[in-house]
Amino acid sequence: MRMRTIEISVGSFVLAGIIAMVFLAVRVSGINTTADDETYLLQARFDDVSGLRERAKVTIAGVTVGRVTGISVDAEYGEAVVGLAVQSSIGLLALDTGAQIVTEGVMGGRYVALTPGADEELLASGDFLTETQGALVLEKLIGDFVTSLGN
Amino acid sequence: MFRFLRLLGQHVLESLQTLGRASVLWVMALWGLPKLADVPLAIKQVYSIGVLSLVIIILSAFSIGAVISLQFYTQLVRFGAESTVGLGVALTVLRELGPVVTALLFAGRAGSAITAEIGLMKTTEQLSSMEMMGVDPLHRIVAPRLWAGFFCLPILTVIFSVVAILGGALVAVDWLGVSAGSFWSGMRDGVLIGRDIGNGMIKAVIFAVVVTWIAVFQGYDTVPTAEGIGEATTRTVVYSSIAILALDFVLTLVMFGDFN
Repeated sequence: MRMRTIEISVGSFVLAGIIAMVFLAVRVSGINTTADDETYLLQARFDDVSGLRERAKVTIAGVTVGRVTGISVDAEYGEAVVGLAVQSSIGLLALDTGAQIVTEGVMGGRYVALTPGADEELLASGDFLTETQGALVLEKLIGDFVTSLGN
Repeated sequence: MFRFLRLLGQHVLESLQTLGRASVLWVMALWGLPKLADVPLAIKQVYSIGVLSLVIIILSAFSIGAVISLQFYTQLVRFGAESTVGLGVALTVLRELGPVVTALLFAGRAGSAITAEIGLMKTTEQLSSMEMMGVDPLHRIVAPRLWAGFFCLPILTVIFSVVAILGGALVAVDWLGVSAGSFWSGMRDGVLIGRDIGNGMIKAVIFAVVVTWIAVFQGYDTVPTAEGIGEATTRTVVYSSIAILALDFVLTLVMFGDFN
């Protein structure tokens, strides 16, 4: 009888551990929130992506429609190549869709904002977005401003 | 001068001997995987080490989560960035406080108990009578406690992290009025399962090995007197705490030192 209570409580202890682990995986790190949705991949070249991270959101008009899947550098052109996974339910975007790296709030994280274009031709999966604008770097802006004052 | 050198040498040799004895104990106790017949012994230990530690773990986790949430909120609200409270709480708990505080509490709650128990067994010569009967005390007494310790601390750490995050959510969302959506989605955006949860668990496993090892060895190596047991219990808590905090710094440096 005594051994039985011990075994039951150890069993519940282990079960609680497993439930807690699942909670961490699903609720805290959100592993299947993105895995469920069908997505297609777009790519974009930026001159500066400082502050952008993998899994940052991709938005259209402020609504999250995807995630940043990879950031790599193309040393030949000195540009960053960013992979964007966009939900298929959004549909294919126009060829002249623009991508801009924006900051959320004053101290918030960076994300990619897409502005759909008007072109009749559509982007296919894996295509590069051409109309891009990189991250605004405050120090650089101030630097440019100061040099322009000098002129 | 020579006296100083001699003292230093003596000290180093003693420490090395202790380390050697501890390693021998470890290898001897874990030699060969646990047999199926030993599982009930280990289950009993999981009960007294793990299940009975749950109350203190849950209570501390809840208060710690609530306090961090409150502190993050009061600072971040000044920049209008209170939507990152959830992420801050989750990362602090998963990367650092979860593994470290759980291990510290575990050393105080379970580690000292293991040391006192084994120490008393040695003092009352139960260990030597076992040997006389042909029962290996390393397999009968030490091994189940080691396995139970390795097993329990990671589970306790996971439970700690979850309760702390829920406590943080309670304070931030229900009391301070951060929107539930930004609290949880901010967390999901910033927490990576491998980098944050995985590394936290690796820490927990390493702390489990270190704390249980220290506790069992201090008990087994007790000077067999009433005073000796007291000293051994103190040493378990002190050595474990120092080992946990020092190791945590090193592990953090290795895991998160690339400042990503």
